[in-house]
Amino acid sequence: MAQVPVEHGLMLAAVLFALGLVGVLARRNLLFILLSLEVMLNSAGLAFVVAGSHWQQPDGQILFLFILTVAAAEVSIGLALVLLFQHRHQSLNVDDASGMRG
Amino acid sequence: MLSLLWLVPALPLAGFIVLTLLGNRRLPHAVTSMVGVGSVGLSALLTLLIGVAFLAPPNAGSAFDQSVWTWMNVGGLNLAVAFRLDSLSLTMIFVVTFVGFLIHLYSVEHMAADEGYNRFFACMNLFVAAMLILVLADNLVLLYLGWEGVGLASYLLIGFWYREEANGRAARKAFLVTRVGDTAFAIGLFLLYSDLGTLQIQPLMQDAAAKWAPGSAIAIAAAALLLAGALGKSAQLPLQVWLPDAMAGPTPVSALIHAATMVTAGVYLIARTNVLFSLAPPVMLVTAIIGAATLLLAGMSALVQRDIKRVLAYSTMSQIGYMFLALGAGAWSAAIFHFWTHAFFKALLFLGAGVIIAALEEDHDIFHMGGLRTRQPLAYWTFLIGAASLSALPLLTAGFYSKDKILWDVWSSPGGGPVLWAAGLAGALLTALYTFRVVFRVFFGAPSPKVVEASPMKQPGIRISIPLVVLAVFSIGAGFVELPETLGNFPAFSNFIMNSLPPMIAHGGQGAEALLQLISAIAVLLGIALAYVFFLRRPGWSARLALSPAGNALSRFWFSGWGFDGLYERLIIRPYIFLARVNKHDVFDWLAEVLVARPYAALARMNKDDFFDRIFGWIAELNAAVARALRTLQSGYVRWYAAGIVMGAIILIATAVLR
Repeated sequence: MAQVPVEHGLMLAAVLFALGLVGVLARRNLLFILLSLEVMLNSAGLAFVVAGSHWQQPDGQILFLFILTVAAAEVSIGLALVLLFQHRHQSLNVDDASGMRG
Repeated sequence: MLSLLWLVPALPLAGFIVLTLLGNRRLPHAVTSMVGVGSVGLSALLTLLIGVAFLAPPNAGSAFDQSVWTWMNVGGLNLAVAFRLDSLSLTMIFVVTFVGFLIHLYSVEHMAADEGYNRFFACMNLFVAAMLILVLADNLVLLYLGWEGVGLASYLLIGFWYREEANGRAARKAFLVTRVGDTAFAIGLFLLYSDLGTLQIQPLMQDAAAKWAPGSAIAIAAAALLLAGALGKSAQLPLQVWLPDAMAGPTPVSALIHAATMVTAGVYLIARTNVLFSLAPPVMLVTAIIGAATLLLAGMSALVQRDIKRVLAYSTMSQIGYMFLALGAGAWSAAIFHFWTHAFFKALLFLGAGVIIAALEEDHDIFHMGGLRTRQPLAYWTFLIGAASLSALPLLTAGFYSKDKILWDVWSSPGGGPVLWAAGLAGALLTALYTFRVVFRVFFGAPSPKVVEASPMKQPGIRISIPLVVLAVFSIGAGFVELPETLGNFPAFSNFIMNSLPPMIAHGGQGAEALLQLISAIAVLLGIALAYVFFLRRPGWSARLALSPAGNALSRFWFSGWGFDGLYERLIIRPYIFLARVNKHDVFDWLAEVLVARPYAALARMNKDDFFDRIFGWIAELNAAVARALRTLQSGYVRWYAAGIVMGAIILIATAVLR
């Protein structure tokens, strides 16, 4: 099976990370922000896997499992926050939560 | 046995600590006495055992060094808490612990009714510990620690009855006057260290002898500074003014500190550093002259005092004058021998005086006494023995052998001579005169009304009697360890002390020695006879003499201790107070007002219209503007913060990658 060049894998991860970042910064809907965060996490996981396959080490894949775990935990808290947000502001627009303006 | 040496000062120190820590509880007298007397008693016992071990073969009489711990080790200065036992320090610690123990025992009874009983023993133990550290110290800094320690204990005990202002004043006077000498001593230590690089006594002496030429300026400076320290501590001219006032303390304190031990610390210091003094002949000469002058001056003052303790105080100054005379003549062992006998008979005299004073309800005036011979037989006999020893009654007493050795050594030493000898001889006559003046006034003659009123008198108990008797035995017997060539030739003390002090090069034969002894014996007997005539047989003569214009002026002059107090009052104290008062009334204040405060006020007036204020206003406005600008960063939008995090991360990564 032909090896995917490591540069391609890393570029894909970078593109995914940038897409997620733009989503986080540009989206106003809290739910979409969380989705974009997931994309960013997975891009980081992809980078680990690519690096692990490049050096023929299992560590990258193991680390991805950890990232999945962390992501699951993060999502559970994030969704709870989404519910609370909806209850309080009757919307999911993050810009409604600007009570800390200086 | 010798390795227990450290316990000798440690035991009294422990006693002091225990008594101090338990001081705020009302300790029963029995416990205080047990700790206070027991610690010094054990120390004395230990000294005795150590002395036996020290004299035992095979290394009989060789010095023993013991280092307890490193005190400090900084910048090349390595000081240990180390003790050195040689024949000189053994003599000293024997006197300190043994006489100290007897005086502590005496105090149990003498001080029994005092409310400061516990404090008294704490301070006495502190004194004994400090004195032992002083004499055992193997370097000059540790010696200085003990030196200041005894000064502190002396201060505390002179001002023991601090509720009377005069006592506190006397304590401060003693402390300040000795401080003058101590300062010179400290400067001497700095000089020695900066030039020779060590303060350990033995290497220091060797280095000094090797590097300094005899009579060189630095040797003279060092010896003179040490001499100044010794003069302060030992109450010699011109720093003698504190000792008569120090009699404000309890009598056992006067006996232990201001007669037997502390005031002889100066003698010890000079004997210990005798190499330095040998390198500085002019300083030796000054020492001898000061000793001779002090012994005459103090003897004359003792002759006219009314307070029995002040007589003894002037007598102590006079006897230490003898020791300084001997030191100045290079007769080291004679000085230490006189210290040895003097400690016993002078402590005895003070303790006897304490008995009489206690019986007469704290009356010190010898003109209020009289006829006490039958009413206080024990005090009479012991005081008489002490007085005989002090006035050097020939052949029998210890004082005769030590004073005679000094006189002979001063005569025959190259550093002495007939003039100094004559001063010593005149002193011997004076000593006999003033001593027996006290004896005849106090114990003989008709009892004064005061005495009749106080009869029948309280007799001393066993705890006072034992020290009196033991000291009386020593006042006779302590002289027989050194007999001159003409009288048995038994120089045991000189031979003993020779390991630590160089012998004196003497010239002169036995014939001359016998002649001088005869002369001094006649002087002593003449003094006693004069005292008998003037103060017992024909008291009217002395009274008439004192009332004649010249006699009156002279006796007032002597009574005031040659007017030194008045002199210092005018020379030092009043100018000082004057300067202080002038200062209070604003010389410097006024200068400060004219030079600083007024120009400043003028500037401030000119500036009323806010030049500086405006600067501070600008600073405040700048702050506000920055705050406003920064406030916009706190938009409250979470995405804005996320963008901030991203920007920060990008900058960090960029600096890491592009660097």
